[in-house]
Amino acid sequence: MEVQNMKTATETYSKPIAFESQNIQPQVAPRGAEVLVRALIKNGVDTIFGLPGGAVLHIYDEIWRYRDQVTHYLVRHEQGAVHAAEGYAKATGKVGVALVTSGPGATNAVTGIADAFLDSVPLVVITGQVPSPLIGTDAFQEVDTFGITLPVVKHSYLVKDVNYLEAIVDEAFHLAQSGKPGPVVIDVPKDITAHLCENPKKLHEDFLFEEKEKNLDESTIEKICEKFLSAKQPIFYIGGGVVTADASAEMLQLAEKLQIPVTPTLMGLGGFPSAHDLCLGMLGMHGTYASNMAVAESDLLIAIGVRFDDRVTGKLATFAPNAEVIHIDIAASNIGKIRKPQIPLQADAKTALLAILKKLETYEFDSMTAKRGEWWHRINNWRNSVPLSCEYSENEIKPQQVIEELHRVTNGDAIVVTDVGQHQMWAAQFYPLKRSRQWLTSGGLGTMGFGLPAAMGAALGCPKDLVVAVVGDGGFQMTNQEIITAIQYKIPLKVIIMNNGYLGMVRQWQEMFYDRAYSEVDLSISPDFVKLAEAYGALGLRATKPGELREVLEAGLNNDKVAIIDVVVSKEENVFPIVPAGGNSRDMILK
Amino acid sequence: MGRHFFPPTTDHRPPTTEMRHTISILLANEAGELSRVVGLFSARGYNIETISVGKTILPNFSRCTIVTEGDEKTVDQIIKQCSRLARVREVKAVTTLPHIEREMGLVDVNAKTPTERQDILNIVDIFRAKVVDMSHDKMILEISGNKDKVDTMIELLKPFGVNETARTGCVAINRLSPFEPIENNRD
Repeated sequence: MEVQNMKTATETYSKPIAFESQNIQPQVAPRGAEVLVRALIKNGVDTIFGLPGGAVLHIYDEIWRYRDQVTHYLVRHEQGAVHAAEGYAKATGKVGVALVTSGPGATNAVTGIADAFLDSVPLVVITGQVPSPLIGTDAFQEVDTFGITLPVVKHSYLVKDVNYLEAIVDEAFHLAQSGKPGPVVIDVPKDITAHLCENPKKLHEDFLFEEKEKNLDESTIEKICEKFLSAKQPIFYIGGGVVTADASAEMLQLAEKLQIPVTPTLMGLGGFPSAHDLCLGMLGMHGTYASNMAVAESDLLIAIGVRFDDRVTGKLATFAPNAEVIHIDIAASNIGKIRKPQIPLQADAKTALLAILKKLETYEFDSMTAKRGEWWHRINNWRNSVPLSCEYSENEIKPQQVIEELHRVTNGDAIVVTDVGQHQMWAAQFYPLKRSRQWLTSGGLGTMGFGLPAAMGAALGCPKDLVVAVVGDGGFQMTNQEIITAIQYKIPLKVIIMNNGYLGMVRQWQEMFYDRAYSEVDLSISPDFVKLAEAYGALGLRATKPGELREVLEAGLNNDKVAIIDVVVSKEENVFPIVPAGGNSRDMILK
Repeated sequence: MGRHFFPPTTDHRPPTTEMRHTISILLANEAGELSRVVGLFSARGYNIETISVGKTILPNFSRCTIVTEGDEKTVDQIIKQCSRLARVREVKAVTTLPHIEREMGLVDVNAKTPTERQDILNIVDIFRAKVVDMSHDKMILEISGNKDKVDTMIELLKPFGVNETARTGCVAINRLSPFEPIENNRD
């Protein structure tokens, strides 16, 4: 029956593009797959990452028909598709779209979906499903995708009627990017994509989810402004919410106006210019000494778009123990989750900052910087006493040095995409960022393998920018199959492998907290990454001595080719400073 | 260990902030929506003591009443995350306001002799319960009220031999007036 349907649809629809161009309404209702693809196009999609399979054959048939309006990038593993969509979404601010088949296609996508959930990345992931009558029969390539993804999605659908398909896609795009963004999964059974959509329906209007546009409470804004004036040792603690809300301009304006120091989290990097005088550098486990000390000593902590993650706070009792907290976040569920704020404000960062800036115009605050001279004096002392640094060597390339050199070679303009581990922290510490969306990393889930495919997605989203993936030798080997995707589509993917022959971060913890018992972290048996790159048809380069570094980076970056740059770095370098997990930030280990 | 009498005020257990919460959720009557809500509890290893779902006067919406034990902060967090779900329209922590809670229980109890039968009927009378079925040696009783009332009656029936019970779980609604009425204690 299903086959029959498909046949009718195909016969009637051999040239749908012609219909469009002649502006003739099709005589026969479109099949589900066409409805889906058109709905994607209607929602502004021109880029899809995916990998076909049995359950999504009809959809891929339509993707072929609409190939001049939407470009599909064939990845080599579904995890790569979702990470690429994430990279695309994070770099552009648009919704990323991934399309995978049922069963293993969907389960392979789960890691990426969870990553997007924890980092609030707007995604629409379309998964194929076995035909409706077979659901629940343990059919070939059947899994309960709806159930498996349930705890890691913002919302999900199992489409049961083709007539609702368009409405579902529309709502999915709305949900993915509204409020606190997140991934939305649409599970589409194969028969639905073959059914003819004769009577398109809207979702019940009661269901339509409206983010409550709350009027900001004037008195709260006033209280916040007064706190700004009265605080002696205030500090801004800003996170991914500032980046997501595109509020960095307002953030800069406010911080400059008030002369209050700013410390971004890992996710907030780029939300405030790193090289700015007011920026103390990253906060948390591998944050700067100045940031952690300033937060510990602060009397007013203004937290914007953050969730008081354990990697930031360490031991809660000693996190900003004497500070009053103002917490501004779009998600009510984040406010008071970990630390109860004195002044909570549920709003997106941009709305809140604009309201505060407006209110501040009515205040007199010229004398404030003078009042806080003592505070700045102490901050500068912390800054100068323990700056981020590394000991250079003549024989070995230091990993920090790679990032510094990368910064010089790229003039600080590259979009930096990282994987997860030591290199991620060094990149966070040593690459001063200029703007929002210049820093793409897997913060919440900490997904090794994120970097390479995400950089590919970012490069497609921002073709004018240089996108550089900084990855470790461990994470690189988790998703390096996507190099060939970059080759196939001529995406200028640049990958720098910080190769220390270890799962470095784990090794560091074993060194520091497990008596140097290096259990299962040795990656010295690895493929020759240069040869591997060449096997893929990419440019493979290697640097082993400090003297070669600059030249190799330039040779790899200053062209349009896919380049894999293997940088052999000192093997047992540690990321410092480090606050041991659950520790007091004052007890941070500096070297 | 011999038998010792502890005065009821002495509690040797460590202090705990765990308490009983009744949460009322208005959510779309769609497949999978209940799983989302329940998932927020199971993800934290929280047991749901009772859960009941039924239609409301709003078409397409169901009301789900959940009773759970947990510390206040975590339950508060669950409530916030719950209200973030796309198909949830309203979440109320019923326990924070004066409210009426009811549940119904069906009890299959032995009643072998006329005396036993009479004793059970007395209990039924006192609790304003109902006999809904009867055989030569058994009775099925229907009881409704708050949790304590249902608990107490089942406890009183145990000496006769309770074969089976089935309980609906709690449904709750906030009171119209903000006063804690006397009636609450009577139940």
